[in-house]
Amino acid sequence: MSEAASLTWLARHEFRLGWRDWVSLVTAGGRTRARNAIIGLIAFAAFMHVFAYWTVANYADASLSFDTAALVGITGTLVLSWSLLLSQAMESVTRAFYSRSDLDLILTSPASARKVFAVRMGRIAAAAVVIAVLLAAPFVNVLTMLGGSRWLAAYGVVAAMGAVATAAALALTIGLFRVVGAKRTRLIAQVVAAIIGAAFVIGLQIAAIFSAGSISRFAALQSDWMLTHVPNTASAFWWPARAVLGDFVALAGVVAFGFGILCVSIALFCRRFGEHAVAAAGVSSATVRQPRWSPGFRRRSPSRTLRQKEWTLLLRDAWLISQTLMQILYLLPPALLLWVTFRDGHGSFVVLIPVVVMAAGQLAGGLAWLSISGEDAPELVATAPITAHRVLWAKVEAVIGMIALIFAPIVAVLMLDTVSAGIVCGLGILAAAAAATVIQLCFRVQARRSQFRRRQTSSRLATFAEAFSSIAWAATTALAAGGTWAALGPAAAAFAILGGVWLVSPSRA
Amino acid sequence: MKQNRPIALALRGVSKRFDRLAVDALDLTIYGGEFYALVGPNGAGKTTTLRMVVGLLRPDAGSICIGGIDALADSVAAKQMTAWLSDEPMIYEKLTPYEYLEFVAGLWRIEPPAAEARARELIGWLGLEPHAHERCEGFSKGMRQKVALAGALVHDPKLIILDEPLTGLDAGTARQVKNVLRERVRAGGTVIMTTHILEVAERMADRIGVIAGGRLIAEGTLEDLRRQTGKTATSLEDTFLALVAEQVAAA
Repeated sequence: MSEAASLTWLARHEFRLGWRDWVSLVTAGGRTRARNAIIGLIAFAAFMHVFAYWTVANYADASLSFDTAALVGITGTLVLSWSLLLSQAMESVTRAFYSRSDLDLILTSPASARKVFAVRMGRIAAAAVVIAVLLAAPFVNVLTMLGGSRWLAAYGVVAAMGAVATAAALALTIGLFRVVGAKRTRLIAQVVAAIIGAAFVIGLQIAAIFSAGSISRFAALQSDWMLTHVPNTASAFWWPARAVLGDFVALAGVVAFGFGILCVSIALFCRRFGEHAVAAAGVSSATVRQPRWSPGFRRRSPSRTLRQKEWTLLLRDAWLISQTLMQILYLLPPALLLWVTFRDGHGSFVVLIPVVVMAAGQLAGGLAWLSISGEDAPELVATAPITAHRVLWAKVEAVIGMIALIFAPIVAVLMLDTVSAGIVCGLGILAAAAAATVIQLCFRVQARRSQFRRRQTSSRLATFAEAFSSIAWAATTALAAGGTWAALGPAAAAFAILGGVWLVSPSRA
Repeated sequence: MKQNRPIALALRGVSKRFDRLAVDALDLTIYGGEFYALVGPNGAGKTTTLRMVVGLLRPDAGSICIGGIDALADSVAAKQMTAWLSDEPMIYEKLTPYEYLEFVAGLWRIEPPAAEARARELIGWLGLEPHAHERCEGFSKGMRQKVALAGALVHDPKLIILDEPLTGLDAGTARQVKNVLRERVRAGGTVIMTTHILEVAERMADRIGVIAGGRLIAEGTLEDLRRQTGKTATSLEDTFLALVAEQVAAA
């Protein structure tokens, strides 16, 4: 048994808390949910292994003779994955700063606060490493099974990437604290995290559109320009890629660098972590005075009053905008491709339609949750003299109105080229948005808007149904735009998903 | 005298069961212009009763009439004349008090000029003027409760139902809330309030209902309740404890 308040004792305490957080996130506290979560995780792991086989099986026999194209491809994939890890680590670091649950206890206890915060930072790093390893595992396992044990080196690279991501997240977040202060850091860090997660993918796609007229992010990585402007293959820049391919000297260097930089960051920042956590805990919401657009109360029907409230609340919440409308960032490459294609008169925009419809479905799902489940004053609305049906309908109108406003410009540009394609795309957007809204209606719960991030864990069934429904409507719209009756197939699947959702929905019980 | 007043709220045989029977065939009559306090131990069924009255829960049996309207058959008409305020103020963080009141007035279909005049009056009464155009996100619990109370009163309800409205409020805010409620009763409104603070019930209520085990075990003025226990010159706290102890013994 370790001595109280020693590093190992604190580490055990932190890891126990972390483990319980994770279990409660996955199981939501229910025994049945725990069993379902385990079955779901096994099924997901099996699916990911099949997916990994499909994507990386051809590369399993890659030799150790490093050519530039292979190194560029692997490095690009690593940077892409690392940007996502950094985004996730920034979220974790920000959450740790602003969670004051045990701050008073820690700071008033005789234990060394530096030690406690060092362990807490270690826990964040461990979580990032575990997530990275788990996500990479299907791909590494498939490569190892088909190409031999040398691919196991990739695990080391992935773990080092998790460590570097945490170190960078700590530096970035503490830098933000120093530059913009505790009041603004939370929002800015979360927005920056979301942008980092999306920016690299979007940047590659935009580069690919300009260089190869393709939306594939790998087109830019394999372009002639890229291959002639990268460092030569002997450069240390390629060590992570070489390590993935089984170069154990490079692996040792990468792992030493990754964990070394993490240890240095923890040693540097553990005192500041405490200072900033105290500052964050002392932050009360800033007073925001709201300018009036109209001198007096306006005459509105209850439905319009509700719709207006939904839009106002969303537009005033920068964090929610960053969380929900971030998906619109993913529309930038399709919109750019649409513009490039439209300018060149290629007419190949049909490939964009499913991307747009899919984005509309996903965005509508998030907005519908906020509007239908994320009601901060449910009792006020429930005791108002309007029928529950009218309230729900007004909220649905708010969601569909927002979707129509966001996607109308894309549909309009499509219609300028081909009217029928624009109409089909518009209908597909409406269908995907309406289906996602119906799913949220079926699985509606009572929650606060601030719980938005947890919506996907409150009902995984709703999350999967929403995703598959959006995919089905995207396929339907793409096939319909292509003028084939095959569109009826995915449309039937989309309706079947809705039917299934209705059958199992808790709101029907 | 009270028989001359119209009935503001009538519950007849109202029952509600969750895992156990929470409200058991409850009969309750409250008259217009009355301040009625509902007291009882934790889990007695006070909040469940009031939540059924405002339409947040549907009773398993019985009838609820608000101002002569069958609240179960025509809930919209009944809600038009009712306001509900819980102990946990539920307001929108990103709206200002002024906008919140405009939102509530819109839901209750109040004419904008009348609603605005009423909103300004309430904002003044509750001392919210300096914060009327600030978002509620930085407000303390007391400020939030004041905003929620203003929201409950902005549509000029005939029946105001409050569940522990003074919980967690400082003395100054609690006094402001009590003054606004007294003013409301003077103007002819009816107030029903649950509270654990028996001094508040003793000093503010015209009649007090004691509920335990989902049943109304005693009702009347403080004098009526004292008579029922057979002990005069005792505080409401002593009377209440004696009544509840009798009920527990009987059960």
